[in-house]
Amino acid sequence: MPKAHVTTIVNGYEVEFLCEPHETLLDVLRNSLNLTGTKEGCSTGDCGACSVTLDGRLVCSCLVLAPEVEGRDIGTIEGIADKEHLHVIQQKFLEHAALQCGICTPGLIVSTKALLEENPDPTEEQARYYLAGNLCRCTGYDKIIRAVLDAAETMRAETLKEGA
Amino acid sequence: MSEARQFKYVGQRSIRPDGFDKVTGRANFGADLSLPGMIWGKILRSPHAHAWIKSIDTSRAEAHPGVMSVATFDDMAAVSSESISAGEGATDLRDLARNCLAQDKVLYHGHAVAAVAARTERIAEEALDLIDVQYEVLAPVMDVRDAMEAGAPVLHDDMFTEGLPETPEKPSNIATRAELKKGDVEQGFAEADLIIERDFYTPTVHQGYIEPHACTVRYDPDGQSMVWCCTQGHFDVRASTSRLLGIELSKLKVIASEIGGGFGGKTTIYLEPVALILSKKSGRPVKMVMDRDEVFRASGPGSATRNHVKIGAKKDGTITAMQAKLCYEAGAFKGSPMMPGCMSIFTPYDVENAYVEGYDVVVNKPKVAAYRAPGAPQAEFAAETVVNELAAELGIDPIDMRLKNAAKEGTQTLYGPKLKPVGLVECLEAAKNSDHYKSALKENQGRGVASGFWFNIGGPSSVIINMHPDGTATVVEGSPDIGGSRASMALMAAEELGLSLEKINLIVADTESLAYSATTGGSRTTFATGMAVIEAAQDAVQQMKERAASVWNVTAEQVDWVDGVAINTTGDEKLTAAEICQGADRTGGQISGRGNINARGAGPSFAVHIADVEVDKETGYTHVVRYTAIQDAGKAIHPSYVEGQFQGGAVQGIGWALNEEYIYNKDGVMENPGFLDYRIPLASDLPMIDTIIVEVPNAFHPFGVRGVGETGIVPPLAAVTTAVGQAIGVAMYELPCSPPKIIKAIKDAAA
Repeated sequence: MPKAHVTTIVNGYEVEFLCEPHETLLDVLRNSLNLTGTKEGCSTGDCGACSVTLDGRLVCSCLVLAPEVEGRDIGTIEGIADKEHLHVIQQKFLEHAALQCGICTPGLIVSTKALLEENPDPTEEQARYYLAGNLCRCTGYDKIIRAVLDAAETMRAETLKEGA
Repeated sequence: MSEARQFKYVGQRSIRPDGFDKVTGRANFGADLSLPGMIWGKILRSPHAHAWIKSIDTSRAEAHPGVMSVATFDDMAAVSSESISAGEGATDLRDLARNCLAQDKVLYHGHAVAAVAARTERIAEEALDLIDVQYEVLAPVMDVRDAMEAGAPVLHDDMFTEGLPETPEKPSNIATRAELKKGDVEQGFAEADLIIERDFYTPTVHQGYIEPHACTVRYDPDGQSMVWCCTQGHFDVRASTSRLLGIELSKLKVIASEIGGGFGGKTTIYLEPVALILSKKSGRPVKMVMDRDEVFRASGPGSATRNHVKIGAKKDGTITAMQAKLCYEAGAFKGSPMMPGCMSIFTPYDVENAYVEGYDVVVNKPKVAAYRAPGAPQAEFAAETVVNELAAELGIDPIDMRLKNAAKEGTQTLYGPKLKPVGLVECLEAAKNSDHYKSALKENQGRGVASGFWFNIGGPSSVIINMHPDGTATVVEGSPDIGGSRASMALMAAEELGLSLEKINLIVADTESLAYSATTGGSRTTFATGMAVIEAAQDAVQQMKERAASVWNVTAEQVDWVDGVAINTTGDEKLTAAEICQGADRTGGQISGRGNINARGAGPSFAVHIADVEVDKETGYTHVVRYTAIQDAGKAIHPSYVEGQFQGGAVQGIGWALNEEYIYNKDGVMENPGFLDYRIPLASDLPMIDTIIVEVPNAFHPFGVRGVGETGIVPPLAAVTTAVGQAIGVAMYELPCSPPKIIKAIKDAAA
């Protein structure tokens, strides 16, 4: 079967790639576009390590077929920081030691950003349920949830300051 | 060590040196390296749990135009039975070979049989179907109790039980019998007012690291072959892989990628020798990455066990005798952590009379790998549960019961040495005084406490500290950073060098750039590699003092080193580290500090956990509502990562207690090889995990460090199940306490 030609936006820039019909967005990100920050933990949509946004919606990139992203807008972990300036969420993950091995971290940061765009002031319970699709085996989630709630608070304060 | 030492950096909650890379996606893990010309390898796995391999025909796969090489057991070097170091504990080289690729028998569903490398991963997968394997299917044996019975299907007809007075004439599935004893248990039980004995079952569980096993390799017939892989110990990967390839140790360079969790499961090899064979036969670099399904079916897991524990106590709570029989599944090849189970089970108790017998038994499941405090959670679960029952029957608070019998300095352990100063009593007291323990429970809730013990290990670590002309230092270590250990190394280096943290860079070096360092495991890294960092830093400081002394024409003893500055005590001159290093060529050459040590004196770490659960008696669902982990860290170098170890261990233990288990069908096929059905704890399952760091310094470490990584998984099994038992009014002895088991227990009790 001939390869499909796909044009899409990744982290704000237009990219093109060729893919086979069975390939997933995760395969293409990692193997064709060299964006290996998005991780593969299960390839069945159970672990969240491959979380990306597709037109602003949080998805598991292992469950999206690559040809489906024609003309779409994809956000990955590589697009979260503003060049060398870390996003507040990334900074808070570091300050709270919310990562140990770090394999789930890209997915959790992408998911946290989606959470806080949807709900800038989540309760602990809301954060826990929103992030229930992102497995972490190292931390027991305590420090992750603290980082998320602290990031939310900081981002709300920044928004208020910008509004004033 | 000086008790009064005031630390400037140690104890800070600093940002980890590898932080930026880890939160931006830049960090490279096992599956993240690709090489020019690289092809993909995949493994054909056994569809049977137990079968003879009659024949393997790879000709159709080899004829596929996209396939570049095929590997079977015959491609591996001939190796005989020999014990080799494998991180935590030892493994048999011949078994290791036969686990990487089956020889003449498959011993579990998912056992590797052959491998293919092809232009794409997809082609490699398709080509697996072109390999024809003829099997003669045998009955599998899937439970340690069945495997020990006479007449059970025998996995290895050349395995005769070791540790018996006489070697048996017939082969069996029992690899080893061991026993440990002190005092006289019969007399101890005779002195008891109350004796309780129970049977326990713990299922096969998986370490559950989120990153599957992965490697990229390049075989080089002339020079040096290369393995890039996610491992807890690349030096041990080099040793075992080179043996299975039949090449010299020095012809293989192993680079440890960042590692996405291991918990003991990445202390051995699976893919590396197979990938190298495929690379050798194709002339191409080869990448192999396991699917999650393969990770469950063919890597890890932790031993299932059937254990029996009997404990006697006087009315006042004094324990008079402790006895256990522990049966551990090793999986397909001998070598379960039965021995550390036997050694650890009663260590939290200062009891005069104790007896433990243990059995290491093979079954048709994947060969077990180390899993965080290997062997201890299963054994201590049984002992701690019985202690809780004794306390309840005697009307004694379970913490008071433990305080009355607590192991302390001078306690004679069952396994040999007398304990040095340890922090169990301090942990118990902290637990008793915690707000959590004083709080009231609500309806349908229960509370459990349990203590836990793990030995911790030391061993060889090598560290070089290179000083640079700008006064910064690069710490070159050989311990893969699995949970933030670079942060601890940086703090210890900063402390000893007197340089601020931003002047310290950290590298986890490959097997060429540094002398041997033992595998990250046994909670050894912050202790042992930390000691090597301190020694290397002291060496660098001494050299810098000597250089300053030579400039000032004084002796090194006349130079002080304060905050990274050399001070002439005979005058008022000063030289910074940067000035000394800039002038190094004029004073004798560039400066590197060296710390190649074999660390002794790893201090054991005790823990006490308190678990509150609420059980929905209609659905059987258990919710952990409050949890506190208390543990002795000796000295917490980076408190946040110490807490993180306590919390992570606690939550893995909660998963083990409540949800996690391999579910097998009658043919020995695992039916839940994915994260949907093998359910590790989610964020929504848990409360915050409160922590209390106890610090009883380890006299053998310059800063007082004890390893903290493993002990935290030991107490949760008994703490959580005791809480569940209290909530439903029925004691639980079989893990996991999943909803169906809880509902059945409630119904059976009512009937």
